Amino acid sequence: MEAFTTHTGVGVPLRRSNVDTDQIIPAVYLKRVTRSGFEDGLFAAWRGDEQFVLNREPFRAGSVLVAGPDFGTGSSREHAVWALMDYGFRVVISSRFADIFRGNSGKQGLVAAQCEQSDVELLWKLLENEPGTEVTVDLTRNTVVAKDFTAPFTIDEYTRWRLLEGLDDIALTLRHADDIATFERNRPGWLPNTEPVPVS
Amino acid sequence: MSRTLAEKVWEAHVVRHGTGAEPDLLYIDLHLLHEVTSPQAFDGLRQAGRPLRRPDLTIATEDHNVPTVDIELPIADPVSRTQVETLRKNCADFGVRLHPMGDAEQGIVHVVGPQLGLTQPGMTVVCGDSHTSTHGAFGALAFGIGTSEVEHVMATQTLPLKPFKTMAITVDGTLRPGVTAKDVILAVIARIGTGGGQGYVLEYRGSAIEALSMEARMTVCNMSIEAGARAGMIAPDQTTFDYLRGRPHAPSGADWDTAVEYWKSLRTDEGAEFDAEVHLDADDLTPFVTWGTNPGQGLPLSASVPDPEAIVDENERVAAEKALSYMGLTAGTPLRDIHVDTVFLGSCTNGRIEDLRAAADVLRGHRVAEGVRMLVVPGSMRVRAQAEAEGLHEVFLAAGAEWRQAGCSMCLGMNPDQLKPGERSASTSNRNFEGRQGKGGRTHLVSPLVAAATAVRGTLSSPADLV
Ligand code: SF4
Repeated sequence: MEAFTTHTGVGVPLRRSNVDTDQIIPAVYLKRVTRSGFEDGLFAAWRGDEQFVLNREPFRAGSVLVAGPDFGTGSSREHAVWALMDYGFRVVISSRFADIFRGNSGKQGLVAAQCEQSDVELLWKLLENEPGTEVTVDLTRNTVVAKDFTAPFTIDEYTRWRLLEGLDDIALTLRHADDIATFERNRPGWLPNTEPVPVS
Repeated sequence: MSRTLAEKVWEAHVVRHGTGAEPDLLYIDLHLLHEVTSPQAFDGLRQAGRPLRRPDLTIATEDHNVPTVDIELPIADPVSRTQVETLRKNCADFGVRLHPMGDAEQGIVHVVGPQLGLTQPGMTVVCGDSHTSTHGAFGALAFGIGTSEVEHVMATQTLPLKPFKTMAITVDGTLRPGVTAKDVILAVIARIGTGGGQGYVLEYRGSAIEALSMEARMTVCNMSIEAGARAGMIAPDQTTFDYLRGRPHAPSGADWDTAVEYWKSLRTDEGAEFDAEVHLDADDLTPFVTWGTNPGQGLPLSASVPDPEAIVDENERVAAEKALSYMGLTAGTPLRDIHVDTVFLGSCTNGRIEDLRAAADVLRGHRVAEGVRMLVVPGSMRVRAQAEAEGLHEVFLAAGAEWRQAGCSMCLGMNPDQLKPGERSASTSNRNFEGRQGKGGRTHLVSPLVAAATAVRGTLSSPADLV
């Protein structure tokens, strides 16, 4: 995973709340078995509309998405994060994220930056009044800066550290392989395993 | 110290306590796989040269995009076929037990685990699917995870996690006839909102919950995710033990007694504190249906389509306006006057034997209305076999409904079972998002009883309307 310290890119205002993962990437795109190339499915239902923000210059090349509250609700599909990242987004800003989406983001290197809704509104206005405005998201200082707009954002400390270091989850856990083995030795014997049992 | 049920199960699985901002490392007792969220995880293992740590705690089934007709033929859709074939290859390569299409134990992953007795009280259960919360009905801590977490569990049989907050949802009283677990959970979601459970494990308790069967408890826990929660749980009791006894993977002999003794300890202690509490009175509940495009947009069937103008919160008002325009509904229309084209009975929410029985009871002696198609899709092949043994399929067929093979089907429309643009369904599934059941499709979430009555009348109805 690539380390993330600071990123500057065109901000994209998405004035919608409750953007669920079906909206981010519809189920039909989930059928793929690869790990890349999901950008074509991003917001697929809305991309058909010429007026949709990503169909307009200069937002097309955006990399910082500014969305309404409750972003990423619904199905746990990680493809939502892949689609956003494959498209080129590095950061999503919202006043509230769904838990699973936030978890998935941190693991893939997408920054889910939580701002106050009032700051999101200010940012929306700025990006709409001056399309193409670049937004800088600084993970070392937890700030969002665009022109003379500055706001703090929150992200949980552990995820932040991992993003800053670019650390892979599994490698981190496997440093505790001994603890896992000890735990396994102490599990009660009556717990089920999935080996087939003859059905009587 | 007094602890909640969720805290007890959590503590029993901590491999290593995190320090500072570091999460706890939690052991996972059961990992369920299906064809959609596993391929990239298997790929990740391969790329990193890592083995699957515990194939014996892992089980796979084909469900999300399998066809529910002509299952002996190759899957027509090339992408679905690739996913299913990839799962078969991965399971063979990594030594994972798989129940493929056509197998007697195949079905929706959340129906299969419980019916095999693999889901037991006090376990940690995960799956790359948000409705893993279903298994919480047994007093297990069960939650959905993303594909990279799937890979993590495959490689380590653990997950780094921060403790969840706990919320008690107490439903006291007695449900009136015709009011089901589905109505309870839809009412809960309408009360706390689709984000209300965020960060929480919900524990459902109270006399109305204790009176529910295991199937009904699964329906309630299943939709915890629609309230934004990570998981839902119900303390195990005699109902739970009776359901489990004799299932293929349930403990037996002396192990059974040891297990039951432990399971009995899995109750929230007297005086334990929840981070939040919600109370509902079961006597107040009536059949509930959704009118909008998120599961929180629901009302009693006797109500009318709400007027967005009357909603104070701006975000919610805009959401309601958008929902009504998508759903093609006018404020003020009685919900009972809404015509549907399709009725879907199935899914991991309401595709179990009890759901089929309830719907069949309503349909017996009636016909599905002219111009309405009804799909009955059992949650698993075992449910299907059981239903056929009871003659339920004959009731469905005689009423003019379609009797299908097991799978997720129209719950998410990844297989050919989809709504066409503008079509409207009454669906026993769990999500009414835009396009969920097919592009442009409009979904009303309902209970199996309401689904069956709606099929007969052609408009949203409850069995009481059928006299
Ligand atoms: S039935 Fe629906 S909600 Fe349940 S696992 Fe399948 S797709 Fe998901």
